Amino acid sequence: MAKELLKGNEAFAEAAIRAGCEGFYGYPITPSTEFLEYMAKRMPQLGRAFVQAESEVAAINMVYGGACTGKRVMTASSSPGVSLMMEGISYIAGTEVPAVIVNVMRGGPGLGNIAPSQGDYHQMVKGGGHGDYFPIVLAPASVQEAIDYISLAFDLADKYRNIVHVIVDGNMGQMMEPAELPPMRELPKDPPSWAVTGAEGRQPNFLSSIYIDPADEEVTNIRLVKRWMEIEKNEIRYSEYLMEDAEFAVIGFGTAGRVASSAIRAAREEGVKVGLFRPITLAPFPKKQIEEISKRVKRILVVEMNTGMMLDDVAAIVQGRVPVEFYGRLGGMTPFPDEILDEIRRVADNKAPINGDARAEWISRLEKIVEEGR
Amino acid sequence: MVAPTTPETKVVFKRPESFTDVTTHYCPGCTHGVAHRLVAEVIDEMGLREKTIGVAPVGCSVFAYKYFNMDFVEAAHGRAPAMATGIKRVLPQKTIFTYQGDGDLASIGMAEIMHAAARGENISVIFINNAIFGMTGGQMAPTTLPGMKTTSSPFGRDVELTGFPIRMSEMLATMDGAGYIVRRSLHDAKHIRQSKKAIRMAIETQERGLGFSMVELLSSCPTNWKVAPDEALKFIAESMIPVFPLGDYKVRPELAGLRV
Repeated sequence: MAKELLKGNEAFAEAAIRAGCEGFYGYPITPSTEFLEYMAKRMPQLGRAFVQAESEVAAINMVYGGACTGKRVMTASSSPGVSLMMEGISYIAGTEVPAVIVNVMRGGPGLGNIAPSQGDYHQMVKGGGHGDYFPIVLAPASVQEAIDYISLAFDLADKYRNIVHVIVDGNMGQMMEPAELPPMRELPKDPPSWAVTGAEGRQPNFLSSIYIDPADEEVTNIRLVKRWMEIEKNEIRYSEYLMEDAEFAVIGFGTAGRVASSAIRAAREEGVKVGLFRPITLAPFPKKQIEEISKRVKRILVVEMNTGMMLDDVAAIVQGRVPVEFYGRLGGMTPFPDEILDEIRRVADNKAPINGDARAEWISRLEKIVEEGR
Repeated sequence: MVAPTTPETKVVFKRPESFTDVTTHYCPGCTHGVAHRLVAEVIDEMGLREKTIGVAPVGCSVFAYKYFNMDFVEAAHGRAPAMATGIKRVLPQKTIFTYQGDGDLASIGMAEIMHAAARGENISVIFINNAIFGMTGGQMAPTTLPGMKTTSSPFGRDVELTGFPIRMSEMLATMDGAGYIVRRSLHDAKHIRQSKKAIRMAIETQERGLGFSMVELLSSCPTNWKVAPDEALKFIAESMIPVFPLGDYKVRPELAGLRV
């Protein structure tokens, strides 16, 4: 199939359908609504389930029910909606059933706005719901990558009976760009052995996150963390751009990483040996790769569309081997390539150690930029 | 327990196949066990055990799954109708029921139950109304009677401060998507038999694709009401029924001629 001009949210929905999604349960919220609208049209045409739920709370619990049948099911939402889903997400994790959740992130906290943001990093990557569990988190940086990783998300969810979050920001949900959709996959004929389907000719199956005896819950927690360690071993994904001879590394995910790549091309033309490391799995996080980078570059610049949530994870890996600087835009603001180019130039010239906190230094620079912008 | 099968012996009473042989966790005098058994008998009689999926709630009946010999899931507090919806929509040929208490269904799960009914979700709901939160030790529920003492209304439910009991059956009966909504009681043998018929009708409603069905069962909680089991049954008859009148609140015309 040739490339077509596709709108992010619609392409993601079609990608999910082609990956075998048989149930979509959602609630409208900007900037992810087109995902739901597309599903409302397409799923009934294919004889598959679509429900517009009364709330995100209900939507995720419908996903929970659907997931227990062993069918591929999902929801898509945006930041405040995903906050409401966190209860159900924790139950899904505790029950060890597969589910895919797409978060088209927007500015916050609170009602915030509907502009693109990466401010849900902590909520998505660190868990967000209550209890001991580990979601897989994929952060694509283009419509094509999102299409590819939504298919992968279903495969990983099934393989590990784990939650998979695909996080993009409003930019990617709303943008149109050339991309290619995969062929339609055939639906599996038989449900997995653990699914609830009616106990016909077999012992009943029971799916729950309840382990009333702490000793049983502990065994479950051990099973979950061992599975997570397996995932960490097998599923790390990232992208590198001009990193072979890089003296400076920019680390950014999703849109922030993508904007940085334009700045990096421009900086290279100026003779600055800079490259991009873009984590695609934010969980499991590419720790070893970042550790290796910190051993061969002079300085690292982390770029995000939040207050430096991933920065903390990078700094913990680098352990002061090289200075780690930060640049971020907030509240639904997307950085321009020129801003990041300025930062690359500054970082390349900066021989001084980081004076205390990279975040504090960045805030004073950002406040000036914000002031000038006004 | 092995049922006697010699030709001379006629079996007149046995454990339903849909019921498991385990010790109950319910308190003495609690009517949850009766309600469970009625559901199991109905599923047996309709031959649906191998195509039924139950959805357990949070509350005293959080362990309902232990007593039913069929596929079961365990929902979050109040979310059973949403979870049942998720299952039913991808497995429309299966029989799906939720089993929920009044805290679960009428308090935290109000949105989920109302919208499941509004959508005409083809599921059956067994609603246990004992006017109290049992599992957490006897707090006020949305169904607690005016003046009734609970641990969170220690001086008796003051309607000026805490409002009035919610009548779920009456409210749900206003939904066009509802096919069968009735209230019954478990306080004596006659009413238990009527309750069983109602459960049968609810599942028949689902099997005929006639929309949302719910049987509200007035139930006892001697432990948290702090009365003896026999007094608890009297309390249902004398105090609960006047506030929660028994009756058929919605019966689709297609069901009117059905005799079970």
